[in-house]
Amino acid sequence: MDLKLMQADPTAVERSAVDEVLGPPDGAWDGAVERTALDHRVARGGHRARDDRHLLLPALHALQGAAGWISRGGLNYVCERLSVPPAEAYGVATFYAMFSVEERPPTVVHGCDDLACRLADADHGLERLASKDVTVVPSPCLGLCERAPALLIQRAGDQGDSSVAPVTADTLEDFMRDGVWAATDAGIESAPQAADGRAARNQLRLLRRLGIADPTSIDDYRAHGGYEALRLALEHGPEWTLREVTDAKLLGRGGAAFPTGVKWKAVAEQPAHPHYFVCNADESEPGTFKDRVVMEQDPFAVVEALTIAGLTTGCEQAYIYIRGEYPLATERLTNAIEEARRHGFLGDDVMGHGAPFDVEIRRGAGAYICGEETALFNSLEGKRGEPRNKPPFPVQRGLFGKPTGINNVETLINVLEVVREGAQAYAEIGTPGSTGPRLFCLSGDVERPGVYEHEHGVTLREVIDAAGGVRGGRPLKAVLLGGAAGGFVGPDKLDVRLTFEDARAGGYTLGSGVVMLFDEGADLTDACLRIARFFRDESCGQCVPCRVGTVRQEEALHRLVQGRTLGSRADEFALLDDVAQVMRDASICGLGQTAASAVQSAIASLGVFGGDAI
Amino acid sequence: MNAVPLEPPRRLLSISVDGVEARVPEGATILDACRTQQVDTPTLCYADNLTPVNACRVCVVEVEGSRTLVPACSRQVEDGMVVATDTERVRRSRTLVMELLASSVEMNLASPDVHRWMADYEVRADRFGAPMPPLPAGARDAREPGHHHDPQDPTVAEGVAQPVKIDNELYVRDYSRCILCYKCVEACGVDAQNTFAIAVAGRGFDARISTEYSVGLDESACVYCGNCIGVCPTGALMFTSEHEMREAGTWDEQEQTVTNTICPYCGVGCELELHVQDNEIVKVTSPADHSVTNGHLCIKGRFGFAYVQARRDDDPTRRRKPTERGAS
Repeated sequence: MDLKLMQADPTAVERSAVDEVLGPPDGAWDGAVERTALDHRVARGGHRARDDRHLLLPALHALQGAAGWISRGGLNYVCERLSVPPAEAYGVATFYAMFSVEERPPTVVHGCDDLACRLADADHGLERLASKDVTVVPSPCLGLCERAPALLIQRAGDQGDSSVAPVTADTLEDFMRDGVWAATDAGIESAPQAADGRAARNQLRLLRRLGIADPTSIDDYRAHGGYEALRLALEHGPEWTLREVTDAKLLGRGGAAFPTGVKWKAVAEQPAHPHYFVCNADESEPGTFKDRVVMEQDPFAVVEALTIAGLTTGCEQAYIYIRGEYPLATERLTNAIEEARRHGFLGDDVMGHGAPFDVEIRRGAGAYICGEETALFNSLEGKRGEPRNKPPFPVQRGLFGKPTGINNVETLINVLEVVREGAQAYAEIGTPGSTGPRLFCLSGDVERPGVYEHEHGVTLREVIDAAGGVRGGRPLKAVLLGGAAGGFVGPDKLDVRLTFEDARAGGYTLGSGVVMLFDEGADLTDACLRIARFFRDESCGQCVPCRVGTVRQEEALHRLVQGRTLGSRADEFALLDDVAQVMRDASICGLGQTAASAVQSAIASLGVFGGDAI
Repeated sequence: MNAVPLEPPRRLLSISVDGVEARVPEGATILDACRTQQVDTPTLCYADNLTPVNACRVCVVEVEGSRTLVPACSRQVEDGMVVATDTERVRRSRTLVMELLASSVEMNLASPDVHRWMADYEVRADRFGAPMPPLPAGARDAREPGHHHDPQDPTVAEGVAQPVKIDNELYVRDYSRCILCYKCVEACGVDAQNTFAIAVAGRGFDARISTEYSVGLDESACVYCGNCIGVCPTGALMFTSEHEMREAGTWDEQEQTVTNTICPYCGVGCELELHVQDNEIVKVTSPADHSVTNGHLCIKGRFGFAYVQARRDDDPTRRRKPTERGAS
């Protein structure tokens, strides 16, 4: 490719940060400062350089991390190294909220103002932090809802990123005085059920190691049953594992409830090679934090489950695509992968069974859409995180155009239980249509927020009661079930059973297991406006129904709130219905297809915006 | 010239379009099938000479067994597929797609087909209220992803209106007219030119066609082939000559003639269509179905026509001295 680059050079800091990720350049052809004798005789570049395009996102992270922004010189150097046109690299850099292409102060504080943090009354005066060294920006849900209000600090230089939750006026004062904000690790507080007495703990499967096993020690993990499942899977072989997962009737926990066994079988049988497996850890649904808690407190389980998934589907390479806003989970998983490699659980010969398998971790950079599987593939490949049209499905042509299996964290760790307990025993948990345990994220106006494990078939009331009910015993106004892409249900729906089949029949969704409570004092109008804004901000912008529809939806809601309707209120509701329908019917991916569901449910079933008066 | 298709024979698949059975070759899209049945299907981001990106969603149809509507332009026909194009659900989606676009983008220079479809589907661009006033130059280019800017009035329909970008002598970019169909990016990239001067930047409603760091075209990788102009469906990319004449009110397509000729510059043999008004060449295109060009040209064919009109006697600066002959 005959690329025209910019006339800009990287600083020494930027150059070394990029070299850290990509290795030193081969010669002047791909960006070395000094020209060597060989450079005059050998041309480099072409396919070999372009095949490294998937390193674009890690390289941009390196620039952002080192300099605090992505400068022309820095981007230019990455383009030269990877043979990427500058316009395309700029298009990628401007897609992600954690990257900046404008120079800005070295510390950026992302203050969450999403649903749970609003309920936590996040009026701690964050804007006081802004100075010549600190930028404060509002952020969508940071996945720390159980300890709301939350923020993420992104720092240029060696310090790295850290999460802070809960944020109070006092902790803010301390930070302003000392300039230090220690990363908070709430440990098992985020899963109160696991901190309960032994009786409760014996019921737990997915959360059973939380708070007991040291999340940084592979020995401790093994002492608590770790790598038993992988040993069983390797002893019995992939066909057996596939049969177990299929017979267990394990359904995907990411929201679509696709049978995991069917997906794995489809990947395993594809003639094209190589196969890839991806662990979708880009948990970004507002109100969702279960995957983060699992990754922080039981990271080896994720790696073990991914190893089983990969070896069962004929993969040698897997990726964990983790949310960029999860620094602690990233650190724990990175450690887990390194430890697993050192102990022979990853590498050329997994557990001495002769099969090679390895896992690489990739960070997202602030884009909800990258949790959509095909957008995730594009992001991983170094492109803009825009979803692809399906078909072809990932099992046919996924990552790098090859057959790819992809599951989220919760689905994967269920595999450990399936293998350990056997398909039959697993299938007896829950209901015939929804087998196995399920994680729920309790947040908002609830007494003990956190991750809770229940068996499918539990009622919404039981889930809320297990978390101590509504905070302060106040009356309940509504529950947001399934996240921003889910819907609101009223207090009259507390006895619905939480299973896939009941949800389908009842017209609600379990989504990502979000159960966010709104007590009688909560402002649902405000919540709906925030949800509308969330989808407007997070739409990738590729297809018209979602790109413009999410904007028109938010505007119509503002008109209803301000009483400045176009025509009657009924006209506005009709407009909202039309926009909702085109987004649901004609959007490329699930983001657009569900961008109106929560707002529509609030209008239809709770009468928010005066919808009941029409 | 491939007058006879050289590909191996393809299996024929059955498809039902609005209840009428048709047989199309394997690999054909639903749009191909619709066209063989003379079913008029609106398209915006689709072009015969580009890879479908199915971003505009105006061509959606109902396919039996599919939960959502399906883009006809890119979905390949499967044997036994049952397609409906005239249902209320399809009409409503197509109408809404055009209304959403027309409420945010200036569409008045779109092709006559687009205007016909907008009339057929009774598109009401004003459904979402009066559009907001144009933004100052560069405002949209500076938007950051995920950081919601608060519009001055959140109840007013946001649009993309902004000043025209004029940074070179050959063509202008009027992104008030951009529907983000990706065609120009494709034509600049692997579908034609392989120059990669422009790409989609930003996210969501703030997504835009941009060079790196929004630099002017003169600073970018642009080689002025003008293939982006050739594929632009809404007049967002336009010859400077056309733009200036439109500004002056002298552009008149009724008065224009189109003369087909072969580009004289090199031996490739690109077919040119010279659009002439008042004996002046005002625009150059190439037929999209031409086997040499597929509608694409280079800077010489697209913009190098001034010499045709330069008269040596009138303009001594254009007169070539004998000693210069052969110099390149």
